[in-house]
Amino acid sequence: MTSFIPLVSAGEVAFWVCGPIAILLAVGMVLMRKPVHSAICIAGVMLALAVMYAAQDAPFLFVIQIIVYTGAILMLFLFVVMLVGVDTSDSVVETLKGHRVASFLAVIGLAVLLVMAVGQVFEGEPAGLAAANEEFGGNLEGLAALLFSRYVFAFEATAALLITAAVGAMVLAHGERLKAKKSQVVQAQERMEAYAAEGKHPGVLPNSGVYARFNAIHAPALLPDGSVAEASVSETLTARGAIVAVDQLRTPADRAFKAIERVHSDAEGESE
Amino acid sequence: MQLLEIVNAVPASGLFSLAWLLIAIPLASAALLLVLGRYSDKWGHILATAAPLASFTIGLVLFGQMLSADEGSRAASVPLFEWLSTGNWTIEVGLLVDQLSILFVLLITGVGSLIHIYSIGYMAHDDRRRRFFAYLNLFIAAMLLLVLADNYLVLFVGWEGVGLASYLLISFWQHRPSAAAAGQKAFVVNRVGDLGMAMAIFTMLAWFGSSSFSDVNAGAAELTPFWATLLGLLLLLGACGKSAQVPLQSWLLDAMEGPTPVSALIHAATMVTAGVYLVVRSNAIYAQSEIALTAVAIVGTVTLLAGAWIGSSKDDIKKVLAGSTMSQIGYMMLAAGLGPVGAAFAIFHLITHGFFKANMFLGAGSVMHGMDDDVDMRHYGGLSKAMRVTFITFAAGYLAIIGFPFTAGFYSKDHIIEAAFDQNTVLGVLALIGAGVTAYYMTRLMVMTFFGKKRWADDVHPHESPLVMTVPLIILAIASLGAGLAMNGWIQGWLAPPTGHEVHDTPLVHFTTIGLLTLAVVIVGVLVGWFLHRGEIPRNEPTTKNPLVLAGRADLYGDALNEHAIIRPTRGLSKGVAAIDRGVVDGLTMGSASLAGGLSAWLRTAQNGYVRTYGLTLVIGIVALAAIVFFGQLV
Amino acid sequence: MSSEPYLVVSAILFAIGVLGFLVRRNAIIAFMSVELMLNSVNLSLVTFARQHGNLDGQVGTFFVMVVAAAEVVVGLAIIVAVYRARRSASVDDANLLKF
Repeated sequence: MTSFIPLVSAGEVAFWVCGPIAILLAVGMVLMRKPVHSAICIAGVMLALAVMYAAQDAPFLFVIQIIVYTGAILMLFLFVVMLVGVDTSDSVVETLKGHRVASFLAVIGLAVLLVMAVGQVFEGEPAGLAAANEEFGGNLEGLAALLFSRYVFAFEATAALLITAAVGAMVLAHGERLKAKKSQVVQAQERMEAYAAEGKHPGVLPNSGVYARFNAIHAPALLPDGSVAEASVSETLTARGAIVAVDQLRTPADRAFKAIERVHSDAEGESE
Repeated sequence: MQLLEIVNAVPASGLFSLAWLLIAIPLASAALLLVLGRYSDKWGHILATAAPLASFTIGLVLFGQMLSADEGSRAASVPLFEWLSTGNWTIEVGLLVDQLSILFVLLITGVGSLIHIYSIGYMAHDDRRRRFFAYLNLFIAAMLLLVLADNYLVLFVGWEGVGLASYLLISFWQHRPSAAAAGQKAFVVNRVGDLGMAMAIFTMLAWFGSSSFSDVNAGAAELTPFWATLLGLLLLLGACGKSAQVPLQSWLLDAMEGPTPVSALIHAATMVTAGVYLVVRSNAIYAQSEIALTAVAIVGTVTLLAGAWIGSSKDDIKKVLAGSTMSQIGYMMLAAGLGPVGAAFAIFHLITHGFFKANMFLGAGSVMHGMDDDVDMRHYGGLSKAMRVTFITFAAGYLAIIGFPFTAGFYSKDHIIEAAFDQNTVLGVLALIGAGVTAYYMTRLMVMTFFGKKRWADDVHPHESPLVMTVPLIILAIASLGAGLAMNGWIQGWLAPPTGHEVHDTPLVHFTTIGLLTLAVVIVGVLVGWFLHRGEIPRNEPTTKNPLVLAGRADLYGDALNEHAIIRPTRGLSKGVAAIDRGVVDGLTMGSASLAGGLSAWLRTAQNGYVRTYGLTLVIGIVALAAIVFFGQLV
Repeated sequence: MSSEPYLVVSAILFAIGVLGFLVRRNAIIAFMSVELMLNSVNLSLVTFARQHGNLDGQVGTFFVMVVAAAEVVVGLAIIVAVYRARRSASVDDANLLKF
């Protein structure tokens, strides 16, 4: 088989495309101020890594990298980002004196040492996994054979670890109920007391929107006199100014009334 | 100087193996009284008096046995138990009952018993009488251990024991600041002497590997002259402390703050003579060193004159007697320092002195008892009629101490003076002068106390003491008069084996040139004393510019000397050392401490709580380690 | 192609992960940095597997992923718990472990 471009294999193309992308996205992850952006960056890093796995004869890892990391772990991150505050962004001011510079120098040193160390470890071309995969009839079969023979105890231990982690997460996330849950009777009594004391409306709040026309959550209800019922929309939306303007809501009604009046006057004129 | 014949004690048998009871009985009595406390208040003094009497009885029986034994087998050693065994040394506790110690046993328990009996009357109105008797018994036990010990280390235990008892009894009336101070003073001054004792014992252990008398006596000949002299001087230092010899004499006069029976028993008759016992017991060592022996004689001579001087200038009856005690012990020291010619005379004088000085102290106590505890002789006068028995017994002691013919002092003191003249004319002349001065101040005491007109205040009613006090006085008076006669011909031969004494011919009636000279000097002293104090004596101490009197009243400036020569320089040195300690030593230690503290305080800011900082530290550490490993590989 | 470029990329990613962990105060991003370090090691493991021609490296990667999953679950739970208690996800706010 002749290559489309001589001397360049598909694996090399994948590496030279994904490697720089991975590094750039990693740098982006460190630099992004919002956690969401960081999460998206690292998702890209992981996808790039998955491609590199595939380029190195690891199809199974390519798949689970995408499923486990990008699919599961990063979704977890995103959930937490949502819980903790999606739109909080870090201040760029460093509070520890000299920390950023020192960290940067230390990391440069570390990177230099690592690169120097790994740059000279191998002699010769990689052996390739063709022979290893052949033995059991494929990459996945080979991995399975190893996992369930030589690494079976480690495998069992990781199973225990996962169970423990799940229980631990539940324990950590579990909030202790400090007071007994209020019964409906108590809730009703409290509502009536609030009404007696402060005149707070005891019933359900008015629905948003206008029936038969427009009942989206950002459309306030109109009272019979045509004014806006404030309680019918969320305060947050009000504050953001995201609600539909009253005039816009009234427009169809006004138009209808005018049309009716016109018809009325026409009818009177005919009768005269 | 001749080599001494070493007398080895035979192992004890029969009654001698019970010699430990001598010590155990008073010790048990003391312990019982102290432990039972006030439950034994009612009968404590009876038990305490019975204890030394029991010891005295045992002592008498042993003495009888020794008298009947032949000379070679009189000394008995009583091994008791092994005290400690460490390395090369094994210290055995044992008793040595020989001719020397049995005399001491009889003196201590005999005079001690009489003083116990006397104290029953004297301390009758003191509500801490039981405690007093317990201390007295403790003293008797310790003193007996001192004289019965068969090695220096056990002797030292007794030595410290009597020191303790002395301290407790001097400051017995501890509510008086002066008594408490006097007790402390005695204690501290005695420590100086004890230092000498302790170092002497160290030296013995180093040289002979043992501190027992037999080993030391046997090995003494091997001592080099330097070590023999050093050992002799160290022992002399110990003896000076205990026996109130110059230069450690200053505590004895203050010790008169204690109850009078204590002064009689401890600070006149027995404990203060322990130094003489020590020197005589160590005769084998002194035989090796002419210098040490001469030092003993000089110390004795100086002290006998100093004591006489002080005695002449005091108005306090007990202080006069205390000065006299110093002086008489000086005689004993002088005799002991004459070497083999005087050793037995020292002990002879020690015993007769024990009788007549105890007699006079108890007499003084009786006088005080009748005079409402007033001790100033200027407030006495004409007491001979008011206190008949006291006067007569005191007079017996007086005659004995000045050396009236055929009384105890006549024999014992004259022997010393004669022996001193034999050895060295200067010492002899000084001893002779001392005898004259003794006659003078004792006459002064007699005249001021018992003769002349009464000078006491109107509300004082002198009266004779009760029988329980006068009977011991009578017994001691008889002993004062007769002891010399009884022992004169016998004691030299008796004491020759343990002391290495050279026996002289001393007839009962001997009027040698020196004897007559002594008698003449004494008569002059008596006459001077009589004529000077015959007339009016002012009730208050007259001011005088006579330097001799002033010096005597100030105890020959002993305290001032201690203050200026020892205490102040020591205090200055201490202040200097303390300043150096504060400035240099503390500065260094505190400086290094604050340096470490400052560094730590600075370093701990590294622990700022920020996990990112900790992470950075971790990374830096990893980088450093990796760099070392990596570049180390390249090299 | 040879293995060195993969290892170099792995080393650089690891260093970037360390840097992120050191300089970012947001606990979630610090945690992402940790994940980045784990992933860079995974890459090197896969590379080693290919270089040596056996599958043990890939098995190692598999285990690292499992452990990372467990770690993420617990770690994020901790972040949530801390956030609930302190209303903050900054690692600098939890600085009680000090002098």
